[in-house]
Amino acid sequence: MSAVAANYETLQKLDAEVISVSVDSHFVHKMWNDHELVKMVEGGVPFPMVADQAGNIGRAYGCWDENQGIELRGRFIIDPDGVIQAMEVLTPPVGRKIDETVRQLQAFQHVRATGGKEACPAGWQPGKTTLKPGPDLVGNVWKVWNPSMED
Amino acid sequence: MSNEGASCVRVTSSVGGSESSDTLTQAPQPKEEVKKMGVTVGQKAPDFTAPAYFKGGFTSVKLSDYLGKWVVLCFYPGDFTFV
Repeated sequence: MSAVAANYETLQKLDAEVISVSVDSHFVHKMWNDHELVKMVEGGVPFPMVADQAGNIGRAYGCWDENQGIELRGRFIIDPDGVIQAMEVLTPPVGRKIDETVRQLQAFQHVRATGGKEACPAGWQPGKTTLKPGPDLVGNVWKVWNPSMED
Repeated sequence: MSNEGASCVRVTSSVGGSESSDTLTQAPQPKEEVKKMGVTVGQKAPDFTAPAYFKGGFTSVKLSDYLGKWVVLCFYPGDFTFV
C-alpha cells in the first residue's frame, strides 16, 4: 500500500480518489500506518483505509479468498458514474505497478472526454495517437498505428 | 472527523448501500449469503459502507459518496504483510 500512497498526488491530480481495503480492523490500520507505513511514505497513508473484517466487500468484488480469509490483490478503476472500467487481481506475493494504473486511468479519462469517439491503442499514453473508430478505419488501422508506436 | 468507529462494538462492512451493521446485535446471516460473487468491467461497482482509518481518525466510507469522481479501489491481503 505504501507504493499507492507514494503515488497519491499523481492520482489526485487526475481527479481520482483512492480507497484501500483489507480484512484488518480500522484499529489495526491505524497501527500499521503509524508504526510502519509512515516510515515509508512521508505523512503516512493519505486516503481512507477501509476495514472489511467479514470479507463482505471482497466477496462482492470477487477478491475474497475463502480458504485464507484474506483479500486478493484486486485493483478497480471506477468512473464518475460508478461503473468499473478496469480491474486487475493478483495473488498475494506480487505487487502491482502503479504507473500502469495511472496509464489506464488517463486512457479511460481520454475516452470519456471524447464521448467514446476515440479509442486508445495498446500502450497508449497522453499525447500518443488515438484511433477514431468508424467505417474508414476498418482494415486501415495499419495506416495510422502499429506496435512500434507504443514507446 | 467522525469518531463513530471508536466504540467497542464491532462495526463491520456492508454492501449494497445499507448502513454499517453492528454484528453483536445481528443474527447470523443465512449460509446462502456466502455464495461466490464477483464483478465485471462495464458494470456498476457494488456499493458498500464500512469503517475506515483516515488521517488520524476513524470514519465511515460509503463508495457512492464518491460518485462524480474517479476511484481507484485497492484490495490487499493484510496489514503488516510484506508486499
